[in-house]
Amino acid sequence: MGETLVITSGKGGVGKTTTTANIGVALADLGYRVALLDADIGLRNLDVVLGLENRIVYDIVDVVDGFCRLKQALIRDKRNEGLYLLPAAQTKDKTSVSPEQMRDITLQLKELNIATESGKAGYFDFIVVDSPAGIEQGFRNAIAGADRALIVTTPEVSAVRDADRIIGLLEAEEISRPQLIVNRIRPGMVRSGDMMGIEDIIDILAVELLGVIPEDDRILVGTNRGVPVVGDSSSRAGQAFKNVARRIVGEEVPLMKLDASEGFFGRLGYLLGIRGR
Amino acid sequence: MGFLSRLFRREGGSKHVAKERLQLVLSHDRMKLPPALLEQMKDELITVISSYIEIDEAGINVELTERDDERQLIASIPVIGMRKRRARQ
Repeated sequence: MGETLVITSGKGGVGKTTTTANIGVALADLGYRVALLDADIGLRNLDVVLGLENRIVYDIVDVVDGFCRLKQALIRDKRNEGLYLLPAAQTKDKTSVSPEQMRDITLQLKELNIATESGKAGYFDFIVVDSPAGIEQGFRNAIAGADRALIVTTPEVSAVRDADRIIGLLEAEEISRPQLIVNRIRPGMVRSGDMMGIEDIIDILAVELLGVIPEDDRILVGTNRGVPVVGDSSSRAGQAFKNVARRIVGEEVPLMKLDASEGFFGRLGYLLGIRGR
Repeated sequence: MGFLSRLFRREGGSKHVAKERLQLVLSHDRMKLPPALLEQMKDELITVISSYIEIDEAGINVELTERDDERQLIASIPVIGMRKRRARQ
């Protein structure tokens, strides 16, 4: 039976959609069958981040309203075998789907037997739900069918505060032990004392850390092209997302070395490119 | 703010301010006790305590903190002297 993960944050703009897309691609890369579900109804975006915006015929509201079957609304990713998207509706609003209907969709996805391009039939291993910002119905919808929650935050006071609120709300919904992804870390700023580091954030939120994603210009390039950075071997964020995916499936992967701060030679080595960060 | 100040700012970078502010705001968020209500509670505490002992109101510090997963309300109240108490009947 597949597992449903929700990617949420409270605050907007911290990288939920980018995280969802990259984790999806990375899991598919590892050979898992993945359905990405865009729960941000009215502000659909996961499709453009994945470069699938031109393929949408039906969306989640069409499925809920019975205009099409679930299978018809699922879009097969063009690059990654085993990766599918169930897009949000763009013209409706969050109230067009109820939490019960959302839970039902995730259950249907778990029971859906689908053949991939190469003809291999099987069930989804993971259903990854991209939550909208906020704590209202869109958020309620997104977490309705979730077995597990991943919280995305950035090292900003506002984002960490919202993450704390979300952790409280998830606990109340009995989605226990959420895991944290700290996005957009800038090691140089952490080092110079102008950005909270991972230890600071974990100290404050008291949750399990799932991954740390460094700030990376390649993210924007990837979004411009509709190609998540996970596939880009020169992207440090891409590498970090790969590590997150491997931890999701239970592998033990050490945290990436973010700063080459071990003295002058370490930094020099990094500058000269003879030392991986 | 130039090269020198940046050189010497290291330890006092803004991350400490960020962390302290976050810890304070979260202790209020988590207890659902907004700062204004804490002020009100502080005023009431002063009234009650002043009727027993003479305290330095300006030096009072009441704050919510979290230590090792335990929330605490810590009040530091400087005492000036004891009030003369009348014998109760």
